[in-house]
Amino acid sequence: MTAYAHRVGTHTYRYDSLKELMAKASPARSGDYLAGVAAADDEERAAAQLALADVPLKTFLNEVLVPYEQDEVTRLIIDEHDAAAFAPVGHLTVGDFRNWLLSDAADEQSLAALAPGLTPEMVAAVSKLMRNQDLILVAKKCRVVTRFRNTLGLAGRLATRLQPNHPTDDPTGIAASIVDGLMYGSGDAVIGINPASDSIASVMTLLQMLDASIAQYRIPTQSCVLCHVTTTLEAIKRGAPVDLVFQSIAGTEAANASFGVSLNVLDEAHAAALSLRRGTIGDNVMYFETGQGSALSANAHHGVDQQTCEARAYAVARRYRPLLVNTVVGFIGPEYLYDGKQIIRAGLEDHCCGKLLGLPMGCDVCYTNHAEADQNDMDVLLTLLSVAGVNYIMGVPGADDVMLNYQTTSFHDALYVRKVLGLKPAPEFETWLRSVGIFEPGDALRLATGLPQPFRHVLANLS
Amino acid sequence: MEKPLPETIVADPWQPLRQFSPARIALGHAGISLPTRPQLEFQLAHARARDAVHLPLDIPPLLAALEQRGHEVMVLRSAAADRRSYLQRPDLGRRLDNESRRILAARAAQLPGDCDVAFVIADGLSAIAIHDNLLPFLDAVLPRLAREQWACGPIAIVAQGRVAVGDEVGLALRAQMVVILIGERPGLSAPDSLGIYLTYRPAIGTTDAGRNCISNVRRAGLDYEAAAHKLFYLMSEARRRKLSGVALKDEAEASSQRLTAPGRNILVETGG
Repeated sequence: MTAYAHRVGTHTYRYDSLKELMAKASPARSGDYLAGVAAADDEERAAAQLALADVPLKTFLNEVLVPYEQDEVTRLIIDEHDAAAFAPVGHLTVGDFRNWLLSDAADEQSLAALAPGLTPEMVAAVSKLMRNQDLILVAKKCRVVTRFRNTLGLAGRLATRLQPNHPTDDPTGIAASIVDGLMYGSGDAVIGINPASDSIASVMTLLQMLDASIAQYRIPTQSCVLCHVTTTLEAIKRGAPVDLVFQSIAGTEAANASFGVSLNVLDEAHAAALSLRRGTIGDNVMYFETGQGSALSANAHHGVDQQTCEARAYAVARRYRPLLVNTVVGFIGPEYLYDGKQIIRAGLEDHCCGKLLGLPMGCDVCYTNHAEADQNDMDVLLTLLSVAGVNYIMGVPGADDVMLNYQTTSFHDALYVRKVLGLKPAPEFETWLRSVGIFEPGDALRLATGLPQPFRHVLANLS
Repeated sequence: MEKPLPETIVADPWQPLRQFSPARIALGHAGISLPTRPQLEFQLAHARARDAVHLPLDIPPLLAALEQRGHEVMVLRSAAADRRSYLQRPDLGRRLDNESRRILAARAAQLPGDCDVAFVIADGLSAIAIHDNLLPFLDAVLPRLAREQWACGPIAIVAQGRVAVGDEVGLALRAQMVVILIGERPGLSAPDSLGIYLTYRPAIGTTDAGRNCISNVRRAGLDYEAAAHKLFYLMSEARRRKLSGVALKDEAEASSQRLTAPGRNILVETGG
């Protein structure tokens, strides 16, 4: 195996494999320490970054981090690599690739053309050499636009997933949160429920409830119940109105197996969703969630650092031209991302790497109560990601998800960042918000007072 | 004091919807932001949840109360030396430190024989859950086990412990099954939830698929009598069928009616 080295003063740091070099070049995070793959100290990390900068990008096509024979994600990455798209940067080292990405040669068009030529390992490698501002700048140059019933990812737009979860999947409780979210202008990315129960009966009830609500108010958006893909497949077979098919995915075959999925299962689900033809202006029908640490927590990381594993999940995602992909960055807990600093860094990495690979990246800007993080950290990450052009974020009432027991961004948070950065919802959804009377007429982002007329019967029915 | 201008805080007219969900809905807005009151209430809830994670387990009162009830108690520690390493190294929280292993082995050597069940208490992610709920829960379950002739091993209290540490204790005590009572990850509205895990034939490397869990045991959640009843049922079934985990859960859940979601949708109902 090729050895990599970098000399600092009289000491030469050696790295036995590209996998080891990548792991040791990773900015510090608890999950890599837990896995025992992190650099021992800051100097070894910096030396690894210097050594990594000299590695030609082509190396990643020849030295795979997870064995080709053992892993279908590696086979996907290698077999579907687009050599022609890669050609413009094929002569570069990782360090030069960073310079190229920051240069004016890398713009919306050239980056879109390059995406199929990049592998997850290449973008993971270059991200390890980037500061947070580089991750923001490069991501902002990428544009990934997707469509189902509205247009997501346009410049100057920030969408939100309305996440109306309820501890027992009670449809009335979920409807209460949907009303709250819509009245705050949330829900253009998707109205998406994490169900407490994966039972087919309960999922069918929620799918029908979302479909009827979207139809009743003619909301230009799509729905999703984020159950296991096999449950959604069963729902489709039973005739449920499925807009988007959801699945959590990871960056190795074994980690995906721990989620109960494979490329075959995802292929089948994608075909089933397409066959329904429910999108009115586009056919991006898949919704994926990812997050650093998932492969390690399934003991399926093959000694690869968690950020590289995460980027490999994006190779799985891009096979299906998804409408939505988001990293659930702070959900997994402090054994993988310890504090606000690590969560913020990871969120920016995931967004940038996903965008470079051509994905419509969103982010669940979130944390759990045992992480060293708070609302201020989320404000920072939310603001930075919105500057970087993130496609969408989550929206839950008051930032408190009462089913999943974690904190993510609130409806108010989305309005804050739209206001300070002048961002608007998806165009079709924005038009609807104004026509229904949720936003005041005109260009300003101002909530109308009082309950809009079409929603008044909801309260009237309660009495 | 002057009242704020009426438009400073805009109240949401859909406050009646709060009756349907514990979610923080209809909070109103100041500009487009969260008004001061709900903002500070959130901070308080987060502070309580954070404190629950970091508060050390107060062992002496627990020890005294358990011994007063006639239970033998061993005080042990996991290999996680402090909270920081506990949070970052789940592997350390799953095993005992060397001193605790010696204490446990010495005691186990003196035991006359096997026991039916070993109870293990761990702080987990919320010492508050143990402080508030442990004694009333044990008072609901241990007397019943004694009446029904269950042989209980010594109770172990494990500081900085995770669920799997119970396997090591149960194994050493030659217990047919182990019940671990542990503080759950605090949610914003529930910093004090006690979790109960039952494992039949505990072994090192047992995964969650081999356990049964009873969650959200606390005053405002699943009450002690109901939790004790459920645990006793699971223990009896585990003993009868010689297993725990997924296979046991299926039947237990089938026998307890799960609330089927009704088809009501207040968003689409029309007319009054």
